[in-house]
Amino acid sequence: MELWHLYQNNYLIVLSFIIIGVLLPLVALFFGKLLRPYQPNENKYTTYESGIDPFQDSRVQFTVRYYMFALLFVIFDVETVFLYPWAVAYEKLGIFALIEMLIFVFMLVIGLIYAWKKKVLKWI
Amino acid sequence: MIEGLLTSEATWLHFFIYFALTVLLLFIVLGFVTYAILAERKVMGFMQLRHGPNQVGGRWGLLQTVADVLKLLIKEDAIPRAADKPLFILAPLIAFTPAFMVLAIIPFTDRFQFADIGVGLLYYIAVSGITTVGVVTAGWASNNKYALMGAMRAAAQMISYEIPLVMSVIGVILLTGSMNLNDIVLAQENGWYILWQPIAFIVFFIAAVAELNRVPFDLAEAESELVAGYFVEYTGFRWAFFMLAEYVYMFAMSALITVVFLGGWLPLPYLGFIPGAVWFALKFMVVIFLLIWFRVTFPRIRADQLMEFGWKVLLPVAIANIFLTALLKEWINLF
Repeated sequence: MELWHLYQNNYLIVLSFIIIGVLLPLVALFFGKLLRPYQPNENKYTTYESGIDPFQDSRVQFTVRYYMFALLFVIFDVETVFLYPWAVAYEKLGIFALIEMLIFVFMLVIGLIYAWKKKVLKWI
Repeated sequence: MIEGLLTSEATWLHFFIYFALTVLLLFIVLGFVTYAILAERKVMGFMQLRHGPNQVGGRWGLLQTVADVLKLLIKEDAIPRAADKPLFILAPLIAFTPAFMVLAIIPFTDRFQFADIGVGLLYYIAVSGITTVGVVTAGWASNNKYALMGAMRAAAQMISYEIPLVMSVIGVILLTGSMNLNDIVLAQENGWYILWQPIAFIVFFIAAVAELNRVPFDLAEAESELVAGYFVEYTGFRWAFFMLAEYVYMFAMSALITVVFLGGWLPLPYLGFIPGAVWFALKFMVVIFLLIWFRVTFPRIRADQLMEFGWKVLLPVAIANIFLTALLKEWINLF
C-alpha cells in the first residue's frame, strides 16, 4: 500500500510540473497584455521578408529529404523502445537475449546501410 | 516531513504542497536563466577580449538580463495577418511546457529532488521530444519563408540527433539495470559513468548540444542565412518564451549530464566532507561552462555535414557502444 502511495504522489508531482509549465506562459502573457502598448498599424502586420513585399504563400512543397529523415527516425525510435526494456532487464535475460538483440539490431543496421547506399543520408 | 507526505495517501493538500514547491523550483530556474544568460555573455566577452555587459547593475552588469526581460514585457505584440493565429499563440506554450516538465525527475541531491519515478530517464527523453512539435508549429503558423525553413531544419536536426542521444544512454542503463536516476547515481559510487562509458559520454554530449540547438549546431536559427529561424515573426514575450525554453533546456540537460555521467551529488574520493549540493552545483557549472566554451570556440557547421555526422558517425558509434557494454558486462560476469 505504501508503495502505491509513493507511486501516486510522485506522479502527482509530475502533474504539478505540467500545470506550472502551462500556467507560466499564460500568466506571463496575461500580465504582458496589461503592460504592453497597442497601436495597430497595417504595416506592422505584414510578413517579414527582409524589406521587400512578401509574395506567394510560404507554405510550399518541401524537398522529400526531410520526409526520409522522419521515416528513418521512426524506425530507429521504435528500435529504442525495444532496447530500453532489454537494457533494464539484461541481468535476468542473460546471453540469449543479447544474441537476440544483436540479430534485431543487425537487421536494422542493414536498413541503415541500404539507406546509406541509396544516398538517403546525403544532404544536398 | 516530506517522507511522510510521499508515503501517505494522495490528497488535495498534498497536491497544493507539491504545487508550492514546484513554484519554488520555477523561481530557482528563472533565477538561473537570468544569470546563465549574463554568464554566457560575460564569458563570451572575456573569451573574445571584450568586456561584455558592464552598464546596468554595476561593473558586472548584474541587472542586465532583468532589464532585458522588462523591456520584452512592455514590447508591443504583433501577430502577422498571414499567420495562423491560434497555432501562432499555442507554439511558445508547446515549446516551453516540456522544458519545464523534464525538471520534475532530476535528483539534485539525495534529499532535494522532486518526482522519483521508475522510468526517469525515459520520461526525460520522451518529454523533451515534444519541443520539436512546438518548433515546427511556430514555423508553420508564422507563414514566413525564413520561419518555415528554420523550422524544417530544426525538426530534421532534432530528430536526427535524438536517436544517438537515446541510444548512448542505453549503455548506462545496461550497467545500472534501472532507468531511475537515483539508482543511476548510486551505481556510480565506484567510478562515474564518464569513466565506464566514455564513448557514450562523448556521443551524448555532442547530441545534447545539437538537441539544445546551440553552436556549432544552431542551424535552425542561423542568423546569417535565416535571420532568426523559426521565431522570426515572434515579438515581445512570445519570443521570450522560446528563449526561456532554450535556457531551461540548458539547465535540464546540464543537470541530466551531471546526474547520468558525472555522478550527480557524489563526491570525489577523500572529499566526502563537502556536502552533496556543492558537488552537484560544481559539476553542473562545469557542464554549463563547457557549453558556453563550445559556443565561443566552434564555427557553425554546414547543414550537410550536420546530417551526415549524425547518421553516419554518431548513430553507428552509439549502437556499437551498446553491444560493447553488453559484452563488457558479460566479460566481467565471467570472472
